[in-house]
Formats: sequence, C-alpha cells, structure tokens
Amino acid sequence: MNPLLRAQIASIARRQIVRTLRQPASAIPPILFPLALMLVNAGGLDSATSLPGFPADSFYAFALAVPFIQGALFSTVNAGTDLARDIQNGFLNRLALTPMRGVALLAGLLAGVVALGVAQAVVYVVAGLAVGVDIQSGAAGVAVLLLLSALISLGFGALGAMMALRTGSGEAVQGLFPALFVFLFISSMNMPRNLIEIEWFRIAATVNPVSYLIEGVRSLVITGWDGETLALAFGIAFALAVIALGLAAHALGGRMERT
Amino acid sequence: MALEPAIQADRLVKQFKKGPRAVDGIDLAVGAGEIYGFLGPNGAGKSTTVHMLTTLLPPTSGSARVAGHDVASEGPRVRAAIGAALQEAALDPLLSGRDHMRLQTALHGMPRGDRARRSDELLERVGLMGAADRRVGTYSGGMKRRLDLALALVHAPRILFLDEPTTGLDPQSRNALWEEVARLAKEDGVTVFLTTQYLEEADVLADRVGIIDHGHLVAEGTPKALKAEIGRPTVEAVPADPDDRLRVAAILERFGEPTQGAPNGVAVRLEGEIELAGIVRALDAEEVKVEHLQLHAPSLDDVFLAKTGHSLEGAAAPEPEREREAVGAE
Amino acid sequence: MSNASVWSVAVGVAWRVLHNVLRNPSLLIPSLAFPLFFFTAFAGGLSRVSDVPGFDFPPGYTAFQFVFVLLQSAAFGGVFTGFGVARDFEHGFARRLLLAAPHRSGIVLGYALAALVRWVMVAVLLTVVALVAGMQIDGGGVDVVGLYTLALLVNAAGVLWAMGVAMRLRTMQAGPLMQMPVFLSLFFAPVYVPLDLLDGWINAVATVNPLTRLLEAGRSLIAGSPTEVGVAFTVGVGLVVLFLLWAFRGLRSAEAAG
Repeated sequence: MNPLLRAQIASIARRQIVRTLRQPASAIPPILFPLALMLVNAGGLDSATSLPGFPADSFYAFALAVPFIQGALFSTVNAGTDLARDIQNGFLNRLALTPMRGVALLAGLLAGVVALGVAQAVVYVVAGLAVGVDIQSGAAGVAVLLLLSALISLGFGALGAMMALRTGSGEAVQGLFPALFVFLFISSMNMPRNLIEIEWFRIAATVNPVSYLIEGVRSLVITGWDGETLALAFGIAFALAVIALGLAAHALGGRMERT
Repeated sequence: MALEPAIQADRLVKQFKKGPRAVDGIDLAVGAGEIYGFLGPNGAGKSTTVHMLTTLLPPTSGSARVAGHDVASEGPRVRAAIGAALQEAALDPLLSGRDHMRLQTALHGMPRGDRARRSDELLERVGLMGAADRRVGTYSGGMKRRLDLALALVHAPRILFLDEPTTGLDPQSRNALWEEVARLAKEDGVTVFLTTQYLEEADVLADRVGIIDHGHLVAEGTPKALKAEIGRPTVEAVPADPDDRLRVAAILERFGEPTQGAPNGVAVRLEGEIELAGIVRALDAEEVKVEHLQLHAPSLDDVFLAKTGHSLEGAAAPEPEREREAVGAE
Repeated sequence: MSNASVWSVAVGVAWRVLHNVLRNPSLLIPSLAFPLFFFTAFAGGLSRVSDVPGFDFPPGYTAFQFVFVLLQSAAFGGVFTGFGVARDFEHGFARRLLLAAPHRSGIVLGYALAALVRWVMVAVLLTVVALVAGMQIDGGGVDVVGLYTLALLVNAAGVLWAMGVAMRLRTMQAGPLMQMPVFLSLFFAPVYVPLDLLDGWINAVATVNPLTRLLEAGRSLIAGSPTEVGVAFTVGVGLVVLFLLWAFRGLRSAEAAG
C-alpha cells in the first residue's frame, strides 16, 4: 500500500478511536446496554431452557451472542452520527481540501469502527466467562468469534457511513436505529427458530439475515464447531460488508463533489 | 511576458439543481501576493464562488484557474497549492489543537519526523501553543479561527482562501486576524482571497475589492477608486456663533468647493486628500469656534448602493463619521 | 391564583406539544411504532414460553405480554414527552414559557396532559392490534378500567420523572438519563414469565421493583382474578406523588437558572 494512503488511513482511524473514547456517552452504551439487556433477558427467560429442544442449559450461553450484534448496531449509529456531524459542520470539506483520498476516509473510519467493535467483543467474551458461560469452541473459537465480530462491525459501520454520506444528517442516521432494532428483535435473538410457535414470526426470523449472524456467534458458544452455521454467518457478514461498502463508496462520490 | 494571475475566473457559473443560479458569470483575476476582498451580502454567491475556486464544487459552466491549474480538471494540483479557511470553522470539538495539526500534517503527507515541528511552529505563530493540548470545544471563537488559519497554512500554500474569517469575532480577535493576514501577504507573498460582508474588513485589508450581488460581480477596484467613483468626501461645519458663518465659509472654501449643507452650517466638497486636521488648524488659527464639525466620506456601502440600488445587508453604519465638538483656541 | 388560570396554561402547553407531535411524523411514528413492535416481538416470538412448566396464565401469552407492553408504552410515552421538554429548554422555548405563564405549575401540568393524550392514542392502537391478534380478555369492564388506570399512573410517573430530569439538565443530552432508569425498571420486572418463575438475582430484583406490583396486578386484572390491586394502586399513586415533587423541584431549578 502507498505509504501516504497508509498514513491517511491510520490518521483517520486514530481520530475515530480517539473521538469515541472521548465521548463516554457514546463509548459506554454500546458496551453496557447490550450486556444489561443480556443479563435481564437471561434472568427473565432462564426458565425457557426447560422447554424440550432448547439447545442450551444456560440462557446466558444462549443469549451471549446477542450483544455482539447489538453492539455492532450501536457502533453503526455512532460512526454514522460522527460522520454526519463532520458533514454538517464542514469538517469533511476540510478533509476534502487535503490530498486525502476518498477511500482513505472510508477505510480509516471503518478501521476505527472495527477496532472498537473488536474491543467491545472482547468485553462481551469476558462478561460471558464471568457469568459462567463455557465457550464450547475454546480459545480458537474465541479468535474466530472476534474475527466474525470484526466483519459484522465492518458491515454495520459501512451502513451507518452510507446513511451519513447520503443524507448528511445525524437524525437520519439515528433513524436507522429503530429499523435495525426490528431486524434484531424479529430474529432468533431470544428463541431458537425451531421453537418459535407463531408461523409468520418464524418465517420472518428465517429470512432475516441477522438471525444467521446471531446463530453463527451462538454456535461457537453453545455448540462448538458447526461448519454450516459458521459458513452462513461469515457469508452473510461478508455480503453485508461488501454491499454496504459499495453503497458507502457510491455515496461518498456523491457527497464529495470535489474535482 | 505578463505573469499568469494567481486566481482567474472566466464567466464562472454555478447553477444548483432545483435551486437558484448562485453564481452567474463571474470574471475576475487576482495577482500574486494580492489581498482580494470579495464583498457582498448573505446569499450573494461569495461562498459558492470560493467553493468552486477551491475545487469543492464543480462549476456549471465557465472556467477558473488557480495557481496555474484548472479547477475542474486539475483538482489535486489546485488543492496542493491552496489553503482554505471556510465559513464554518470546521473543527472537531473532541480533538485538541495539536490533534488537529497532527491530522492535517499526516493527511498532507508530511514525514512523521516533521509533523510535530511544523505543528508547533504554526501553533506558536497563531498564539495557540498554550492551548494546544486543550480540546477545541473549550476554545473561544477567536481561538478556533486562529487554529483554522494554522491548519490552512500547514503545507505552506501560495494562495489562501478565507471565507468570512472574522464573522462573529470580537473586535480584538478580528484585529489580530487582520494583522496576520496582512503579514502573510506582505511578508510571505501569499495571495489572499477573502470573502466578507463587512465593509470595514474589505476597506482595511484588501488591495482590491470585488463586490458581488445576486451572483454577479457589480464592481471591482481598489477601495479608494471605488469610493472616488461615487463622489468626493464633504466636510460640514456649524459655527458656534451664527454671525461667524461667513468666516467659516471662507476658511472651508480653501479646502474645497461649496456644496449644499445644513441650513445653519457650511459644507464643502473636498479636493484631493481628506485634510480634517488642516481644517481644524485653520479654524483654530482664525480663532473661530465651531459647534459641530463633520466629515462625510463615501463608503463601500455607498458604492454598493449606487451599483445595486440597495444597501449591503448587515452592513455596519456608514463609515464612522469623525466628529469634533466645540473646537476652540487652545 | 385561580385554578382556571393554571388550567388555561396547561391546556396551552399541551396543545402546542400535541400540535408539534401530530405535525411531525418523526416524533409521532416512533411513539406509535415501538410499542407495536415490542408487542409483536414478545407475543409473537416468545409464545412458546407459555409452555414452560408452571406458567399458568389462562388468557394466554398474548394477553400476558399485552399488559407489559401497555405499561411500557405508558412509561416511555412519558419519557418521549420529557425529550420534548429538554428540547424546549435547549432551544430556549421553555424560557419563553416561563416568562409568559402566569402560573408555572400549569407548565408541568400541560406537559403531563400532552403525555397522557399521546399515550391514549398509543393505547387505543395497541389494544386494537392486540384484539385483532386474538388477545383474550377474561376480566370484566371494571377490571379493564382498572388496568388502564394503572397504565395511566405509570404514564404520569414517567412524564414527571422525565420532566424533572429535563428541567434540571436542560439539554437533549439528558435523554439517556431519562430513558435508562425507566428501561431498567421495566425490564427488571417479570417481563417474559410470572414472578414465581424467575430464579436467582432477577427474582430478588423484580420482587423489590415497584413496577412488578403494577405489572402483576395488571395481568391479574386482564385475567379476571384481581390480585393485590390495592397495593398496585398505592404504589402507582406513590410514584406519581414522588415524581410530582421531583418535577416541581426541577421547575424551581429551571426558574433559578433563568
């Protein structure tokens, strides 16, 4: 890679990380809120593990996958909101006046988002271990889990960046949150798909790509090595990342009209 | 062979989709080392012009060359030669001044070893060394503008674009910025393209002024020449003793030709330079007391009014009228 | 000071809030959509939970979740109005209200009225959707009125809590502080299963959580076998009184800040 491009990406990534860490109100909720929800859901639904066919003895183990996706969702909104703010206050114009290449802006922003996403994921793993979850796939599985988290963060982060670049509005990016929340909830988040009674819900969860992301992470925790489930999860995460990156790059071209 | 202007625009137009024609055929040329003031009210097209000249917006038609490069087809080369402090200070409140400099130097490809040195040099120059490690969110408006200027100078550009740089600043901060801009032009030979809605700023700083209204350049020239087009300054005096009226008239007529004034006063249109001190000395020498002495000098607002039929929006009052009360002997 | 004047201030404030909300889809739609969404997700996705041994709720899981979502919508309806109060302070409009209103207590009452009206719209929509989804109501008319009255108390407590925060901090950044305690209070209650099916720490927390009383009582009302409803109403009224004091103290704080 061209040294100038590398320096540009590193600088933008550094800025993204520094900004996030300096905004505790943005940095802490993506970590705490998913864990709080996991604890609450696990506490409230622990009795569901007695249902015939429930794939885990502990609802904590079953629910641990959710924070990884939920955390990525928060990161999407945070990264997108930050970029929208840059557009609104003219900071993007400042960057556009430098030799910075558009790809550096996106790559740097998303590198920062991924770094933060992986850090979050480490916290979730530690929290899971702290509440007694036994990760069936072992240390190697944790590494794969972190890799999958990184890929998911990349895809969701690109989605947030795309929205920011298309609209230039922090409010529009925030508007993504409810939509993504719907994808999160109408999934196998709280119940395995085969145990969802209501047919339309089960169908919706089956066509929802987020279900497969959750199930991929979950399989590493409660099953061990489930090749098919992991392949689906990685495939969908990769597809999301590619599509979102493509859309973001296209939106960047429209936003930065510089000649 | 004539040198190519540092900035040249030829029938430059910007038409926004579903919007007005913000810039409607601007022709201008700015020489190297010149401070060019681009004066106009809000919505006149100043910022749009700057955005085109700095390659942030492609022109709809027409052409422009900055630092010898075409803005439409040689964007990266133009950007390498210019610095810009745009209308918004465009700073990240969560980063410190030093963080900003570090980012800017890195994006300009400065070697790692030189970044800290260049950052310190510029922070020192704009008087922000003491606040360099504080977050920009804690900076005053003046400090933000100074940091903005420092960031624009990171790569030692030959041409500097300043888009309303002193809007919202207190007089002290404004004067400090003017001094730095003047120094950049005079000592470093930087060409400065400055947009403003403040008459005083254009008058004090600019070597030449272009006045824009509704996307058109309506006047261009030195501030002095533009004002001279409108008319010569007048002096009006009201004697303390009405019986001294003729004596006052005789004194004032040494400085210019009589013109219409207040019923109880005497007014002359000055010839040549404004000689208010000379007039005061002359009145003093004749021991004539005046109750009221006033200088009316045409302002750039008068120029704007004459060219467009309306006053410059948000303009300050016409140039400060210099008044002297009860000038007497001793 | 006449009550009529307090009331006219309240009506004026409430009218403005409602006018803004109704004209602004980005304010109206989330407050309508979120409760429906949660109802769908919980009642639809988790219905098998009613097969857990010991889960005994005759009207069925839809009604079980309906009560939770009704109270949740009431609480968050109050919080959303609190966001509006914070926005008014941040943009300076609240100062205009404080200057203009002869009876400032009417301002608090007005925002609370607006929250109530907003919530009534949500409650109607939620009820219609639940009935269309086949929700079974075993309680009689009085029981149902009791349920909605409990929800009304939650709505009042929610808006008064949020207003107290908004008037003290006077910035939109107070949003998470308004939301988080309400969210945690709701979710540290028997959301998915009855209290007696909760184990461990969650059971301990839910037992002391005042919202549990309202939730369980509400479910007993819809099931037609009212249980500890008096306790629930006492808790509900107590919360309203507590947060009313909180809100008025917040108003004094805002007045003092100028």
